[in-house]
Amino acid sequence: MNEIVEDAENPEANAKKIMYINRRAPYGTIYALEALEVVLIGAMFEQDVSVVFMDDGIFQLKKNQDTLALDVKNFSPAFRALETYEVEKLYVEKESMQARGLSCEDLLVPVLELSSIEIAELMEQQDVLLNF
Amino acid sequence: MLHTVNKSPFEKTSLDTCLRLVRTGAVILLIEDAVYAATKNTVIEAKIKRALTQNRIYVLGPDLDARGLQDSEIIDGIEVVDYGGFVDLAGEHRNVQSWF
Repeated sequence: MNEIVEDAENPEANAKKIMYINRRAPYGTIYALEALEVVLIGAMFEQDVSVVFMDDGIFQLKKNQDTLALDVKNFSPAFRALETYEVEKLYVEKESMQARGLSCEDLLVPVLELSSIEIAELMEQQDVLLNF
Repeated sequence: MLHTVNKSPFEKTSLDTCLRLVRTGAVILLIEDAVYAATKNTVIEAKIKRALTQNRIYVLGPDLDARGLQDSEIIDGIEVVDYGGFVDLAGEHRNVQSWF
């Protein structure tokens, strides 16, 4: 295990690299909403955060979500607020996007589209991987 | 990195996603319903054999036993580990990615 030495003079040196991995569609299960809440709470701790969407997790970012008739909260606008919390590294996996016939224009926030190989590299660099 | 998979490959895509995201040399451990992926003569077998050329694959013995799966039914090249082996694998890697 890697040891983190606290450096009070330089808070950025203490920041851990944390990656949230979202692989579930919204609304069918509670995973997506829970993940979003954890990301927002975690943002207070000023860590080096990245959020990845792959498999059905891609659907969380789909434009035009309307849950009125479903009578559950439409939490998709909160993804646009992530930037204000300095959560700016949003990634989608290209293969998952293609499999679902989606392109970045279908998504409600700007994201970086990466191949599975590039995402695997990013995963390797993380201190913590949190899966939802 | 150690990758664990716990879903049956016949029901979920967790194994496919894992195989797409593993880097060469990473280690895969099949647990719970994912142990069915380790068995011979399935539609998954070719995929597993391809992965074995780049990655070590382990399967959790107690989960095989519980499902009536014997060593002779497991694809050659996959190693069976017990709970102690699971702990060792986790300890050998900086991170564990769980595909569930």
